[in-house]
Amino acid sequence: MIPPSFDYHAPRSLGEAVSLLSSLGDEAKLLAGGHSLLPMMKLRFAQPAHLIDLGAISDLRGIREENGALVIGAMTTEAELLQSALVRNKLPLLAEGASQIADPQVRYRGTIGGDISHGDPGNDHPALMLALDASFVVTGPRGQRTLPANGFFLGLYSTQLAPAEILTQIRIPIPAAGTGWSYQKLKRKTGDFATAASAVLLRMKGTTVAQVAIALTNAAPTALRAAAAERALVGKAINAASLAEAARLAMGICQPAADLRGDGAYKTAMCGEMTRRALEAALARARA
Amino acid sequence: MADTAELREREQKLQGMGASLLRKEDARFIRGQGTYIDDLKLPGMLFGAIVRSPYAHARITSIDKARALASPGVVAVLTADDLKPVNLHWMPTAGGDVQAVLADKKVCFQYQEVAMVLATDRFAAYDGAALVEVIYDELPAITDPKKALAPGAPVIREDIADKKDVGHGPRTHPNHVFTWEAGNKAAADAAFKGAAVTVREEILNPRVHPCPLETCGCVASFNKATGYLTVYVTSQIPHLFRTVLAMLSGLAESKIRVVGGDIGGGFGNKVPIYPGYVVATVASIVTGVPVKWIESRIDNISTTGFARDYHGVGELAADQDGRIKGLRFTALADHGAFNSHVSASKLPAGLFSICTGSYAIPNAYCRVDAVYTNKAPGGVAYRCSLRVTEAVYLIERMMDVLAQKVGVDKAEIRRRNFVQAEQFPYTTSLGWTLDSGAYHAALAKVLKAVDYEALRREQAAKRADPDCPTLMGIGISTFTEIVGAGPTKVCDILGIGLFDSCDIRVHPTGAVIARLGTMSQGQGHATTYSQIIATELGLPASDIVIEEGDTDKAPYGAGTWGSRSTPVAGAAAATAARKIKDKARKIAAHLLEVGEGDLEWEIDRFKVKGNPSQAKTMKEICLVSHTGNLPPGMEQGLNAVAYYDPPNLTFPFGAYLCVVDIDKFTGETKVRRFYALDDCGTRINPMVIEGQIHGGLTEAFAVAMGQQLPFDENGNHLGNSLMDYFLPTAMETPHWETDHTVTPSPHHPIGAKGVAESPHVGGIPCFSNAVIDAFAHLGVTHMDMPHSSYRVWQKCQELGVNKRPGDV
Amino acid sequence: MAKLHNVSFKLNGKAVAAEVEARELLIYTLRERLAHTGAHIGCETSHCGACTVDCNGASVKSCTVLTVQCAGADVLTVEGLERGGALHALQQAFHEEHGLQCGYCTPGMLMRAYRLLEENPNPSEAEIRYGMSGNLCRCTGYQNIVKAVQSAARKLAAKPAAA
Repeated sequence: MIPPSFDYHAPRSLGEAVSLLSSLGDEAKLLAGGHSLLPMMKLRFAQPAHLIDLGAISDLRGIREENGALVIGAMTTEAELLQSALVRNKLPLLAEGASQIADPQVRYRGTIGGDISHGDPGNDHPALMLALDASFVVTGPRGQRTLPANGFFLGLYSTQLAPAEILTQIRIPIPAAGTGWSYQKLKRKTGDFATAASAVLLRMKGTTVAQVAIALTNAAPTALRAAAAERALVGKAINAASLAEAARLAMGICQPAADLRGDGAYKTAMCGEMTRRALEAALARARA
Repeated sequence: MADTAELREREQKLQGMGASLLRKEDARFIRGQGTYIDDLKLPGMLFGAIVRSPYAHARITSIDKARALASPGVVAVLTADDLKPVNLHWMPTAGGDVQAVLADKKVCFQYQEVAMVLATDRFAAYDGAALVEVIYDELPAITDPKKALAPGAPVIREDIADKKDVGHGPRTHPNHVFTWEAGNKAAADAAFKGAAVTVREEILNPRVHPCPLETCGCVASFNKATGYLTVYVTSQIPHLFRTVLAMLSGLAESKIRVVGGDIGGGFGNKVPIYPGYVVATVASIVTGVPVKWIESRIDNISTTGFARDYHGVGELAADQDGRIKGLRFTALADHGAFNSHVSASKLPAGLFSICTGSYAIPNAYCRVDAVYTNKAPGGVAYRCSLRVTEAVYLIERMMDVLAQKVGVDKAEIRRRNFVQAEQFPYTTSLGWTLDSGAYHAALAKVLKAVDYEALRREQAAKRADPDCPTLMGIGISTFTEIVGAGPTKVCDILGIGLFDSCDIRVHPTGAVIARLGTMSQGQGHATTYSQIIATELGLPASDIVIEEGDTDKAPYGAGTWGSRSTPVAGAAAATAARKIKDKARKIAAHLLEVGEGDLEWEIDRFKVKGNPSQAKTMKEICLVSHTGNLPPGMEQGLNAVAYYDPPNLTFPFGAYLCVVDIDKFTGETKVRRFYALDDCGTRINPMVIEGQIHGGLTEAFAVAMGQQLPFDENGNHLGNSLMDYFLPTAMETPHWETDHTVTPSPHHPIGAKGVAESPHVGGIPCFSNAVIDAFAHLGVTHMDMPHSSYRVWQKCQELGVNKRPGDV
Repeated sequence: MAKLHNVSFKLNGKAVAAEVEARELLIYTLRERLAHTGAHIGCETSHCGACTVDCNGASVKSCTVLTVQCAGADVLTVEGLERGGALHALQQAFHEEHGLQCGYCTPGMLMRAYRLLEENPNPSEAEIRYGMSGNLCRCTGYQNIVKAVQSAARKLAAKPAAA
């Protein structure tokens, strides 16, 4: 399996990358970690005439804390997220999610920005971003804009990124101290996409839910925020009845595509089950 | 007299049989210095890429090579029409059929070979392959073998539609390959008629793939000046490969050299002779330069060497205590588009008739109906002897089905039906003579080791607890295997008997080189064969070099598959060594001036009985054998060749037990414990045996829990890359506990049986039995593999066991 | 003819250069241009890890990295593990613990284990299984590979004290 020929570009700056992307148009694809794109090219499912490698743009890497948020460069790898004490301490949900992506070698190459920009509902970061209320800084020929994660994912492989726009930064507000978290992912084997997964952030007030975010991976053409399930939980204790209701509401928004991982009924049920387990695990970690 | 410490030291120096000698093969592999097929690069070598059919069943309307030929680096594009002048567009198969080398007007399975593009490197070859324009006219496809014999079903093989027979008896339908049966049907039917208890179950062994980490490939190199053809190839059967190439090409077999090299796993995938090899060889003969062909992973899974696809029906008849009186097993076998499955000629369903297992079953009958479908051809033995996994799976599953019906414990039902230790050699009602066994002892050892009673108590408690989130299952498998094909009176391929061979040359210093007709793919032959010879000859294993796989050097043999290396070639090694030892004894008697009968063998020397200070070491004799100081009339040298035709197959056995915990809400199965006791007779290298068992169990786990080649109704593959095809990682793979008993084979020179495939064959039903046992109290008697979370969850859902309080 | 890129990088400590098309994957450059055939191709979809090499301190699947992406990189392959005629502790341990059979996955396994121990010198069994989960083996069932990594870790830990 050999990819078709293409021209390779390795811009040194973001500006250079944006202007290359604008001038080359549809013929070009951005190369981040390459672990989705290069296999597709080897299978000749993707045949871009140009690849623009973002690897040499140092501005796109790094993790820093700024005004109560973590600001993460789009080309930061999963391994760098996992090695970052900032991420582990301030955004343990992100670390837990990243630790379940693919395998060690892929995590050294795969980037958070590539994972998000691809618009694949099977990728893990979209749901994590929804649960974390992240926002995305994108840069294009007309400058920079910031888009909330909620609403960014439009459909299968489709996002709000305009042609020639590049995702450059991910900004994630640091949850309040005591917030519980969990990413529960069911997969057939290491390296596989999720059959179903659920990301939860949970803030308790006493024995009742003060605030909760629930987002689902591979449940529909895009990652989903389970808003109705969240609403149903606020103000309630987490118990058998409220878990069952939250799972039911989360399942209600699922429209998974059938494949070898399972049919719609199984995947939907697993979204409910993962949501239930993520809520229980988040509760165990939350401090009121 | 030698004290015991000295004897032990001398014995340890040999590192012979029984020692966990570290492997000689490792030195090159841990340095990245192995020589696998794709590592080979010959001057002027072209690379061949195959153009494959996107359709499972279609007529080829036209093939346009023009754009491909214009592509940079492309040298030629070969199609069936180009092979016709040399009559190589079709080739005969070991199954008695013919197979298209390149599709001749029609394709019969998805990814079938249609053309080969030859180019100066692999990049250019793949670019060229993408530019060959083939127009197809799609035909309706058959993917379900149950529909193959329907009246009016599409005819898959128009080329043989009129043939009444494709090698194995009369055909009843254009899509029928053969019907084969064994046993006494009338007697079996009679046993069922009067039986107190009968059970019947439909049991599928799904289509799977051995998927070694290295795909198949070759480099064919024809020298136009000398007329010599050398083929470097990932073949488990280099000698038979050479014979077939000679038959196909018309070249003298003495001008063909086949070289195996290092092989990155085989597991049956590398037994057949594939179209890619033949086209590459023809291409080299035509161009006069070397041609390399290497499969991609998708090509490998899609086209070469699938296994199983046996749709079985098992029936047992028993008395009310569960003592079996009759067995009827049938299978509908999906052979794909061409019957290119590799088996002994007289055994079209392989060794399926081992399906009476470890049990004394007085009346048995089995039958296999093979059909064509629009799927890849063949049917290889995936880490087993052909069709043994299918047979053992059926009987080991049916034992559980019977136990449940009779209401007897699953260990007890086996004990009640085992062949007793004193009954060996035991001839089954399907005609095999089991050489040796101690089944009760093996099972008893396992049950004690795991505290079986306590496990059953725990299971009962969990079943009684409605809040328990898991279902606990206990699986038992007490299998008997049949390996070491085989006696030439029953086993041949293309008329060549499945004997094996060993050629030993002893050098003056006592160093040895031995060459055998087998072909290691990771089994550690260089180590274990040297240990057999070390013990037999009293020369250190460290100085014994083993060579295999180069047909110019090694004596003829049938290769490595079906755990035949130790039972057949290992026996040849011992036999050749004994010929040498006999000569050495004569030399020793001559040197010590005593009669041969006055000598006795002790580890590494002959000594004079009653006068142990008078002795000649083997090392001394090696030197003398190259001098003139020999008994009158004796020739120099200490060499021997042995061809070993086994008197019988060998019958390794084992008792396995598996404990699983199934998550009711996700369907995930966790293997809590797997205890494997194997009896492979005499143990040559315990470390290597244990490694083989770990590997076989892991492949069994993969088959039982996740492997399957799925198709849609048009014959399109739905999962043919490692994204979907389940090869477990270290994360999914359970921890293995191993144990053993030793019941030597009475007919084998060193008492050894094979071992590598036992864990695969015995392991698969053990996992299935554990998963199904978890549902047994709910009336479930069978669930087909693979036991993926999805399918297990569906069963939980169907039975309503995954309801939580408050769920509707 | 497609444009060729002259790519220089360090391979097992030595400077190397190759003229490659942009589409050439690192595995082909190593195997076919630089005669380093230790890393193997097993799946081509970045699932099996047989092609694993160490690149700039990370384990990478060289079938999913373009050679042009490795300009200036520091690449270590199985051929570079042996130093001054002495096997690396991992190579020795794979031999002693019977952590290999056909040998095809072994170079990738060794290179992944090398980076794992660099990052975590004393991993638990669970950490080894997780850390090695990007490498498939069809022969060994992983049990002896885990033992080998543990054994190598112990030897590497003992080394400074012995020296």
